[in-house]
Amino acid sequence: MRLGEIAYARSGDKGSAATLAIFARRPEDFGRLERVVTAERVQRFFEPMGCGPVRRFSLPKLQALNFILPEVLAGGGSRSLRVDAQGKAIGQVALEMEVGDL
Amino acid sequence: MTLKIGNAQGFWGDDPDAPARLVSQQSDLDYVTMDYLAEVSLSIMAAQRERKPELGYPRDCVEAIRSLAPFWRTGRRIRVVTNGGGLNPRGCAEACAAALRKDGCKGLRIGIVSGDDILERMRRLIREGSSVDLMRNLETGEGIDRISERLVTANAYLGVDGIVRALESGADIVLTGRVTDSSLVCAPCVHHYGWKTTEYDKLAGGLVAAHVIECGIQVSGGISTDWLEVPSPADMGFPFVEVEQDGTFVVTKPDGTGGCVTEQTVKEQLLYEIGDPERYLTPEATVSFRDIEVRQEGTDRVRLWGFRGSAPPSTYKVSASYRDGFWAQGTLTIFGRDALEKAERCGRIVQERVRRAGYDLEGFEVESLGSGACAPGVLPATELLETVLRIAVRDSREEAVERFCRELTPLVTSGPQGLTGFSAGRPRPSPVFGYWPCLIPRDMVSVDVEILEV
Repeated sequence: MRLGEIAYARSGDKGSAATLAIFARRPEDFGRLERVVTAERVQRFFEPMGCGPVRRFSLPKLQALNFILPEVLAGGGSRSLRVDAQGKAIGQVALEMEVGDL
Repeated sequence: MTLKIGNAQGFWGDDPDAPARLVSQQSDLDYVTMDYLAEVSLSIMAAQRERKPELGYPRDCVEAIRSLAPFWRTGRRIRVVTNGGGLNPRGCAEACAAALRKDGCKGLRIGIVSGDDILERMRRLIREGSSVDLMRNLETGEGIDRISERLVTANAYLGVDGIVRALESGADIVLTGRVTDSSLVCAPCVHHYGWKTTEYDKLAGGLVAAHVIECGIQVSGGISTDWLEVPSPADMGFPFVEVEQDGTFVVTKPDGTGGCVTEQTVKEQLLYEIGDPERYLTPEATVSFRDIEVRQEGTDRVRLWGFRGSAPPSTYKVSASYRDGFWAQGTLTIFGRDALEKAERCGRIVQERVRRAGYDLEGFEVESLGSGACAPGVLPATELLETVLRIAVRDSREEAVERFCRELTPLVTSGPQGLTGFSAGRPRPSPVFGYWPCLIPRDMVSVDVEILEV
């Protein structure tokens, strides 16, 4: 199953880091998200882009997980040469993550 | 009665008709806010000001304020708070005053908030070697000495203080330079409800309300995950908040407009570009998002509560920028079998030719758009029959970047069959402004407020 089937997302930039929020579509799925979408897993997924150690923050009242992905934008807003220098697409990329049967 | 504060400009370049449209759609709106300053916007204004010293602010802001003249002329009490003063709030205010006078508005008061521009102060501190530890890059930890010779702008993110003072002096329009996005909405709340500087939970509500609408239409369905389901997207309504005395609020948009305000669009925007949600730092309060709750209470009406604030940091955040060389980008379309391999080969040709001309470019990025270039290496690239080749380069030498610009277009005749889409012509080098976030002690910044009568 791809993450986008049970979650929605929003991403943006903080310098060379991207911020990424993942939300459970149904409140009852939040526990499963919290178990499966760990900081380590997100880091492994984005590692080919140069992602450093990911921090994760859990917000149960919003059924949300918030992540900081350091260095994933290769210099960020004004310095990155990549087409997505500002991390606008990171949320859509994350929703493609394969999360098994949960 | 709640206080109604809208956003009609989420960034420099947003819909120019939005301010007048929002004010006419929502006749009981108390304030319109407009946000023009992204992280490196001020460096673009600095480049403008080098050519014309009386500029240094977005002209769009003057046009937006002028578009509200018909409302003021007919006696509507609508107040504007915006950071559209850019690097030159005084110059922006004078241009606004002249435009409003021409359009028959009299008796309006423009509040000018300045003091955020600390470039000279920072240069002096660097020379004296004081506070240099605070001026380390917040992201990388590097010392400021590395870029101090190349600084272009340095502005402290001021809080609500100056805006509140301007409103107390009867300002109808408040023009600021760099302030936190959250103060544009929180300041009118502080002015209206008289919140004390230690009422951190209430302040937190005003600050979060600001954050939720600061990007304008994004909370009305723009860039949301389920964007394809957003109704009437050509007519999305800009948002406003209805803030209560206790800091809780409803986010909504004018009746009859397109887009949608739902729990989903609000939650997405609530966490947009938030780092540690336990510690959202502003000059008014350190805000925790942990207990915030979000509930749909009607069509396009979402209520938020549960804001927790605590004491703010003793420093201001500073957004500085510095010259960091030049860059350019160009694109060409490639259609045909093995399109990805052809694109890669084109990239190697250009790099080789620039190298033979004597320049080993410091930054050289080749992408095949369509093959997952937004997430290189993360998802498997599939073979394509068509791709857009994008090459972007950076170098400290302008002539090296210029050389790249000259070497890209010859692919039109030397590249693969099916290479097309070169109507944009030869790319051009642009200056790069690096971003340098750091801190400065609050007592080194003084906020000035003056009033200009129209």
